[in-house]
Amino acid sequence: MSEPLLKIRNLWIEGRSDETWNPIINGVDLDLNKGEVIGLIGESGAGKSTIGLASMGFTRDGVRISQGSVVFDGVDLVTASAADKRALLGKRIAYVAQSAAASFNPAHKLMDQHTEGPVQHSVSSKGESTEDGIELYRRLRLPNPEEIGFRYPHQVSGGQLQRAMTAMAMACRPDLIIFDEPTTALDVTTQIEVLASIRDIVEQFDTAAIYITHDLAVVAQMADKIKVLLKGDEVEEADTRTMLSQPKEEYTKSLWAVRSFERPAKPSVITGSTPVVSVKNVTAAYGTTDVLHDVSFDIHEGRTVAVVGESGSGKSTTARCITGLLPPRLGHIEFDGMQLPLDYRKRDKMQLRQAQMIYQMADTALNPRKTIGETIGRPVEFYLGLKGKEKRAKVDALLDEIELEPSQYRDRLPSELSGGQKQRIGIARALAAEPKFIICDEVTSALDQLVAEGILKLLAKLQDQLGLSYMFITHDLATVRAISDEVVVMKDGKVVEQGEKAEMFQPPHHPYTDLLLSSVPEMDPDWLDDLLKERGVDNIGDAAVDKM
Amino acid sequence: MTLFVVSVIIFVAVNALPGDFAEAILGQGATPEAVTAIREQLGLNQNALTRYFQWLSGALRGDLGVPLSQALFAGNFGATAVGTDVTTVVDQIIPRLKNTLFLAGVSAAISVPLAVTLGVLTALYRNTAFDKAMNVSTLSAISSPEFFIAYVLILFLAVLNPIFPSLSNIFPGMEFSERLTRTMLPALTLTLAVTAQMMRMTRAAIINLLASPYIEMARLKGLSPMRVIVKHALPNALAPIITVIALNLAFLVTGVVVVEVVFVYPGIGQLFVDSVKIRDIPVVQACCLIFAAVYILLNLTADILSIISNPRLRHPK
Repeated sequence: MSEPLLKIRNLWIEGRSDETWNPIINGVDLDLNKGEVIGLIGESGAGKSTIGLASMGFTRDGVRISQGSVVFDGVDLVTASAADKRALLGKRIAYVAQSAAASFNPAHKLMDQHTEGPVQHSVSSKGESTEDGIELYRRLRLPNPEEIGFRYPHQVSGGQLQRAMTAMAMACRPDLIIFDEPTTALDVTTQIEVLASIRDIVEQFDTAAIYITHDLAVVAQMADKIKVLLKGDEVEEADTRTMLSQPKEEYTKSLWAVRSFERPAKPSVITGSTPVVSVKNVTAAYGTTDVLHDVSFDIHEGRTVAVVGESGSGKSTTARCITGLLPPRLGHIEFDGMQLPLDYRKRDKMQLRQAQMIYQMADTALNPRKTIGETIGRPVEFYLGLKGKEKRAKVDALLDEIELEPSQYRDRLPSELSGGQKQRIGIARALAAEPKFIICDEVTSALDQLVAEGILKLLAKLQDQLGLSYMFITHDLATVRAISDEVVVMKDGKVVEQGEKAEMFQPPHHPYTDLLLSSVPEMDPDWLDDLLKERGVDNIGDAAVDKM
Repeated sequence: MTLFVVSVIIFVAVNALPGDFAEAILGQGATPEAVTAIREQLGLNQNALTRYFQWLSGALRGDLGVPLSQALFAGNFGATAVGTDVTTVVDQIIPRLKNTLFLAGVSAAISVPLAVTLGVLTALYRNTAFDKAMNVSTLSAISSPEFFIAYVLILFLAVLNPIFPSLSNIFPGMEFSERLTRTMLPALTLTLAVTAQMMRMTRAAIINLLASPYIEMARLKGLSPMRVIVKHALPNALAPIITVIALNLAFLVTGVVVVEVVFVYPGIGQLFVDSVKIRDIPVVQACCLIFAAVYILLNLTADILSIISNPRLRHPK
């Protein structure tokens, strides 16, 4: 067998924190042949992206390759000079970043950025490269391929940018592309289009690829073989089908098992009982544009209502209406049968206390300069009027409830916690007000599957103990399946379907619900092929959405 | 609106100056009667509010009044205070303002390109000896008082090596090259005073962006470091840089007082100092108003340029 295109041997990478170098990657090997796709999976912190960048001979600030070799087509990128590396980067090895929105330069048009690589590497002229770019946009099924390249990044949607970035990576027809979580930030329906586009183009040009993701179902569609990583160590590597059907290591099996968490169904609501929260015919507007149209649903005591939909469907806006941050233009909100003032400034402390929120980005929702004790203590004092010893006791009790040892965590700062722990603090802060109702806004979408599962279990436990009601905003249908009792599907500010979970996951569906459900990747490696066949290859994505 | 608030502040501040024109012009031996007579003649005995509105309504019509010194002179010859052959404040200020703007223009033409280039270079070679040397030298330049820098420049460029004249007494009708040579020393002094801030802001704004994903992307496309900074970082760093440049340009116009005095440059700064000395209030007020207007105008320009430099604001969705 011929020499592999990319050969990584005994790669050790260190990162600096507090003046010392700590290992991030501990001696990983990797072989990749021409035209082959390898999937790297693992939780955040496993070192997937670090390996991805290292295979381009690149490390971020504060990170260094301490040993090992990364040989690309005979050139060791670890020892190569900066100029030699630059000659390869962009031309023979290209990179597709996680967030296309952040990775396109906001100051230049898409096409100018697209042609920059070929022109700078003297592969082709600007004119040729522009024509080629339009052709690539067409193959990637971007709408208006002739015209879209001449827009600025902020004028193009996230899914389209991600495809434009794949096109940009293809501009010099590289031998290897690193895809770093290219679909993580996208909605399920958009994800499918991008996945299909990427796979087509990689096959057409026989490009080798490293596909980095934490989503097993996605990697199952994309990769020929899979490597599982845990904290910088390789757990195992096998070809995709073997890996999915017979994982050897315990850790791999645990990753596979996460998707099976599902809480038992609860008895249905007694008809005629008063809901805790009732959203009545709410229409709301930002400025003069209506973004919610006549939204109504009820949330009963001790139950979880999942609100699902793509970004821009009005999920979070509904939450803002309930909390009074955005007073609805028409309609109103009832709490325990009583009508609430529309504006939160007009609500009294008791009304405010009853509804609390947990946010998606625990990172930004916690004040970085306040200790955990202070953060949780603030609502304890504000709503319950507790001070001194009583307040401390309450804070400790809350930390116990979220399964963090009070003596250890009380005096820490948010920066000293992991993502999952921060989200737990967010939960404790919401619980501190002793509410009846909590809005969870995408609380698990920034977390790894194992950690997310822990959070979901904790929320379920608290609901059983305290009789809480949740409104659970999410775009992830696996989460919906795991935690909800009822489901509300939203699209373009309207409720398209709502009902008990069991009914919602059974056909017949509203066509949009059907599209959402069928777009959730499954662990079957043939899933994407089958789905595309079913929808008709030329009919994916935009076309499918347009039909509605 | 801003200018109106500023005009109130100027008026109050100027009137809070101890002593007035009458006392200043008559000197220590003045009799109370003489002082009162002059005050009455010039309308200085009216209450402040009345004088403010007279001044404001005049200013709105472009009439900034007559210098008190001229008015007194005219009064002695029996002419009315707003006589036709009297030099008005505007007449006095315009040529001076032109000179100051010329000086500011020369300084800006040197300092802005210099500062931005140095900023880009220090960002490119950050944390190297070059970067540190540039930072130390520009910072020492900004930390020294201007008159000190001015005299050091005179010593080296006029006395030891007579390249430029040490006195910048320019007058109308002078040839442009001659004018430029004479303006060079004060312009260099101002350049040294403003370069540091603009350079450091350019450097900081660029370095701030270097961690952003699109810069990483640009580097992963195999572009040269220079291209990454000039093509990818600089356009996005323009807004803060423009703001700082505007502030410094405003300083070039309004902060020239010391420099003009040192080099005997006939600009608005010198006029300002002379007028304060004799409490010639209309001139002082007019100068302050012009300084304020320059500040506001330049900041407005900066805001507009920032919008133009940002495609998000130029092409809304």
